[in-house]
Amino acid sequence: MSGHHELLAGWGNTAPSMAEVVRPRTEAEVALALSSGPIIARGLGRSYGDPAQCAGGTVLLNRGLWHLSPIDLASGTITVGAGVSLDEILRVSVAAGYFVAVTPGTRQVTVGGAIAADIHGKNHHLDGSFMNHVVSFRLATPLGEVTVTKESDPGLFWATGGAMGLTGVVLEATLALMPIESSWVSVDTERFENLDGVMDAMATGDADYRYSVAWVDCMTEGPRMGRAVLTRGDHAPRSALEGRSARHPLEPPAAPLLSVPLTPPSGLLNRLSISAFNEAWFRKAPKKADGELHSLSSFFHPLDGVDRWNRMHGPRGFLQYQFVVDDAHGEVVRTAIERLSSNKVPSFLAVLKRFGPGNPGPLSFPLEGWTLALDIPVGPPQLPAVLDQLDEIVSEAGGRLYLAKDSRLSPEMFATMYPRAADLMDVARRVDPEGRLSSDLSRRIGLTD
Amino acid sequence: MRNAFGQPQSVLVLGGTSDIALAVLDRLCGERTRTVVLAGRDETRLAAATERLLAAGATTVECVPMEASDPSSAPATIEAGLAAAGGRVDLVIVAASILTDQLEVENDPAAISHLFDINLTWPAAALAALRPRLLAQGSGQVAIISSVGGVLPRRDNYSYGATKAGLDFIGIGYGDSLRDAGIKVQVFRPGFVRSKMTTGLDEAPMTIDVSEAADAIVAGLASNASVIWVPSKLRLVFGVMRHLPRPLFRFVASRR
Ligand SMILES: Cc1cc2nc3c(=O)[nH]c(=O)nc-3n(C[C@H](O)[C@H](O)[C@H](O)COP(=O)(O)OP(=O)(O)OC[C@H]3O[C@@H](n4cnc5c(N)ncnc54)[C@H](O)[C@@H]3O)c2cc1C
Repeated sequence: MSGHHELLAGWGNTAPSMAEVVRPRTEAEVALALSSGPIIARGLGRSYGDPAQCAGGTVLLNRGLWHLSPIDLASGTITVGAGVSLDEILRVSVAAGYFVAVTPGTRQVTVGGAIAADIHGKNHHLDGSFMNHVVSFRLATPLGEVTVTKESDPGLFWATGGAMGLTGVVLEATLALMPIESSWVSVDTERFENLDGVMDAMATGDADYRYSVAWVDCMTEGPRMGRAVLTRGDHAPRSALEGRSARHPLEPPAAPLLSVPLTPPSGLLNRLSISAFNEAWFRKAPKKADGELHSLSSFFHPLDGVDRWNRMHGPRGFLQYQFVVDDAHGEVVRTAIERLSSNKVPSFLAVLKRFGPGNPGPLSFPLEGWTLALDIPVGPPQLPAVLDQLDEIVSEAGGRLYLAKDSRLSPEMFATMYPRAADLMDVARRVDPEGRLSSDLSRRIGLTD
Repeated sequence: MRNAFGQPQSVLVLGGTSDIALAVLDRLCGERTRTVVLAGRDETRLAAATERLLAAGATTVECVPMEASDPSSAPATIEAGLAAAGGRVDLVIVAASILTDQLEVENDPAAISHLFDINLTWPAAALAALRPRLLAQGSGQVAIISSVGGVLPRRDNYSYGATKAGLDFIGIGYGDSLRDAGIKVQVFRPGFVRSKMTTGLDEAPMTIDVSEAADAIVAGLASNASVIWVPSKLRLVFGVMRHLPRPLFRFVASRR
């Protein structure tokens, strides 16, 4: 398991740092790696910022912790190594009639990363986040290995979801899967000319759909500000299939078709090209269409069709700004979009979702209300200050930012947004008294030294 | 840690009371910088700088002794500076420098050695002491304040210019040596900046204020450029001057 040194960055390609990289394949090797610090685990590096890097320390790649047990048909659960990706689970589970209960906008995340960020999908308003579907997990800590369930150690169980690796290395997890009759999703699509329209439709109608997401254009100003395409749906029952879908009711997700080979020197993307992309996306959507059948990939993971698309943003990289506010502060969504467009910050289509109630995890992100996520290239000189102002607005509204996407939050803001951070650190100190677990993120936001 | 915009949380300044360095720190403390370590000599000025930076938003300002006329003391200053910053630092600004009157020093061997010690030998030794520490911490940034005076030799400041030319040369090579390790090194070439160092001197064309220089340096720190001219149009000016025949250059330089 001997290590080598490597420069690591997150999906946004900002703030890389050098660490010794180890790839343990056995639990004994994980235990050995945890005998000194600083150290942090890393999955597929799909977090946008710096949570899976540890400058001057050790980064433990979880992909060697790879094993898949057969699905337990009696309980609808599967037990997998923490390095298994959701894509790899879906490749076996879909054919057996099971879907992962929570999937993010990409299948290329590991179970370890999904637990550490307590990820959410388009069904949060009904089904909650990833931890709500974890039956148990085994965790390697500097004090040794433990099996954790909601009953055995609720503090450690919930704290690990959202802890961004600070409670230890997840080795293996048992997940409750969602039974599906087909690999097709029945989707209703609707286009809205402005933000109020789409937020109204979501607030009143989302409860009728398992999945719901709106893509919002943040670059158009004036009366059409926040025009949006809303897609909502559920797994199609066998009875709804016809033609090709009926012949292939349970098809595994497709592999990526294209790849962005090299980082183009200055980034292909600028205000003009992003604005043109947004326009095309908007025009492509039907005004209204009901009950269309979409494949799992095109509905859940449209970006996975292009491998490594993050390279398109060029050498300075990009970031994602994702926040949540409760229902009483929905106007923050409008304010955020207005601030970005009036400050001429280029941003890709933003993703707007509704969250149901959060879970007990002290650093778990979701909170009942609205969440907006914006992809923004690094470069505009006004951007740092504009986002700092948005932080103030979000935190004054009692909202917070998602650590799996963050790459720039200050320690002061983090402490205001996550008042229960001390609860997390109490649990972390219990299993890691010397504070060996530490990442660039945890140092940046002041969770560890 | 530096964030996605490269904004540092901790900064070590070698030559911590220079006007330009302090103006840069004012701005950085308005962003993410909370810990500042000033290495300097003049205790009164260090105390004033500490007050100023605490007011600008720093929460911890530490001062460590620095005697640039003694290059053998450079490693100790680096050790003390890093320790005061908490063991690692996001940004190191190399700003120690004196400006001498060419006519006063050019016949004085001791004055020339002193000038080279402060402006070149001490910084070069400090950078060498810093190098393994940067590699060990796995991330970081170094800003080296050179000068346009080091780009072309001029009758009226060739000795000062030589120290800056040497530092500039080291800075660029040092940057290349650390590039693949994720350490960003940048050389800044300010032109004539109105400051306490230049009071009483004749101003050159394109002279800027300390605040303009600081704005340009802060913008440069966020960029990926390895050499940054302050102001940026000096790059073009020197691009032309570099190609003038020496007699013509002498004429232009003497008429400024
Ligand atoms: C295109 C795209 C769309 C996305 N959409 C969504 C979305 O809709 N919803 C959402 O919630 N997220 C979304 N994400 C974010 C992503 O789901 C999370 O960042 C996830 O954590 C990434 O998993 P990973 O395996 O790549 O982990 P990494 O990014 O490598 O690491 C993330 C964190 O997990 C920790 N970690 C990794 N393995 C372990 C382990 N074995 N034990 C303990 N800790 C571990 C790391 O220390 C780190 O803190 C999206 C990301 C992308 C790129």
